[in-house]
Amino acid sequence: MSSSRISIRKEQRPPKLIDEEGRRVDGRRPDELRPVKIEVGVLKNADGSAYIELGRNKIIAAVYGPKELHPKHLALPDRAVLYCRYHMVPFSVMERKSPAPSRREIELSKVIREALEPALFLEYFPRTEIDLFIEVLQADGGTRTAGITAASVALADAGIPMRDLVAAIAVGKVEGQIVLDLCDIEDKYGEGDMPVAMMPSLGQITLLQADGVYTPEEVKKALELAKKGIMKIYEVQREALKKKYIELKKEVEEEYGKK
Amino acid sequence: MVLYFSQREIVVPGQLLAKGPYKPGNNVFNVGQNIYSTVVGLAELKNNTINVIPLKRTYVPSPGDLVIGKIINVGVTSWQVDIASPYTAILQASDAFLKPIDVTKEDLRKYFDVGDYIIAKVLTFDRTRDPLLTVKEAGCGRIDKGVVVEINPSKVPRIIGRKGSMISLIKSKLNVEIVVGKNGRIWVYSKNPKAEEFTVRIIKKIEREAHISGLTNRIKKMLEEVRLSE
Repeated sequence: MSSSRISIRKEQRPPKLIDEEGRRVDGRRPDELRPVKIEVGVLKNADGSAYIELGRNKIIAAVYGPKELHPKHLALPDRAVLYCRYHMVPFSVMERKSPAPSRREIELSKVIREALEPALFLEYFPRTEIDLFIEVLQADGGTRTAGITAASVALADAGIPMRDLVAAIAVGKVEGQIVLDLCDIEDKYGEGDMPVAMMPSLGQITLLQADGVYTPEEVKKALELAKKGIMKIYEVQREALKKKYIELKKEVEEEYGKK
Repeated sequence: MVLYFSQREIVVPGQLLAKGPYKPGNNVFNVGQNIYSTVVGLAELKNNTINVIPLKRTYVPSPGDLVIGKIINVGVTSWQVDIASPYTAILQASDAFLKPIDVTKEDLRKYFDVGDYIIAKVLTFDRTRDPLLTVKEAGCGRIDKGVVVEINPSKVPRIIGRKGSMISLIKSKLNVEIVVGKNGRIWVYSKNPKAEEFTVRIIKKIEREAHISGLTNRIKKMLEEVRLSE
């Protein structure tokens, strides 16, 4: 095991979060994303599903529905209910997390639901329910934003009509600098964390949270940086959704071309 | 007037399809003169209207639709029917028999029991109440032979083909009976079990490859190559 892994295990604060050359703890530049990978349709049982890897984050999202809502008195007469559950599995963090939903998880479920609702045409399916499950398999900072990113892909994969995909990323302040896509250490020991979710084609923000203290200029800079990151993630989302069908097309064309 | 897609290109939700005085058709929405897709599907421009054909869809009943349902509950005067939709349908006894029956003396289980598949027509549906079905029309009633296959309802138009070309092709080549429900359930029957099985395979192939051009030719080839012995 490398020494860097051990230092994370003990959760020691690194002496410097940004070194003299402007590199961050994992070697990234301030405006650099961690590598993103999205896969679509990973769960056969779900109507729609997606898997995202953002650096060391590994998250799976599953969508079921629209389906009949039970108990029936919870149904809304004019639109579908989006039920959202964000959950971290016990082995997703260094110290075992109790599998019961914590205060934080319950709050994040609500926040994620509210970030996704504006993108969905819920009024097309009155009196029904859409279930969304986000399971964090491995966490390394920025799981709510990665969860939103995966969830919106899963919703699109389920064939639910949407105004736009929702892409999300966190920005923050580390050693006085505005940086993109905080990792766990930066989140813990930095000065601020600001998750942002957007519908990129429409240019609308659906989630904006922040802790820490920022000047108005810093907020402006942070939002610009977040938008840049979101555009990159959005591209990955779109490619992932198309890939499934384009690959099948290639396969069929090859098979048919041979005959 | 600018188009941002080629004909039958795969598009995703939120993708800008066009700018200008185009008409928004199915599965798109507009903000001013910008037209965006709302689903993963194939974009199409026809008569100045932009449509997206979805690759996956949820079945929402509409009056007049022919559907294949499964009885999930039997009541005193009605049946509950699963029609592969978020809305469970109701079949009332008055919509099931040409002559009125006395429900105090007869058990509805005699006619349709739990687990039975029925071919029915949607009578009414306005989204505020569950849809009502009828089996009074010709061709409706209980299914007592053959098999029922389930596919995504978005692929139903491809199974039927242009003016029913695909379905009549399969019917004539394999000598099978097929009834396609709008809800994505398809009834297949033939005296020859092998033909039945092969038809199911064809239907699954159409579902899988519906978005790839040259589908009819591939299906024709499959039909020509097959040897079905009795």
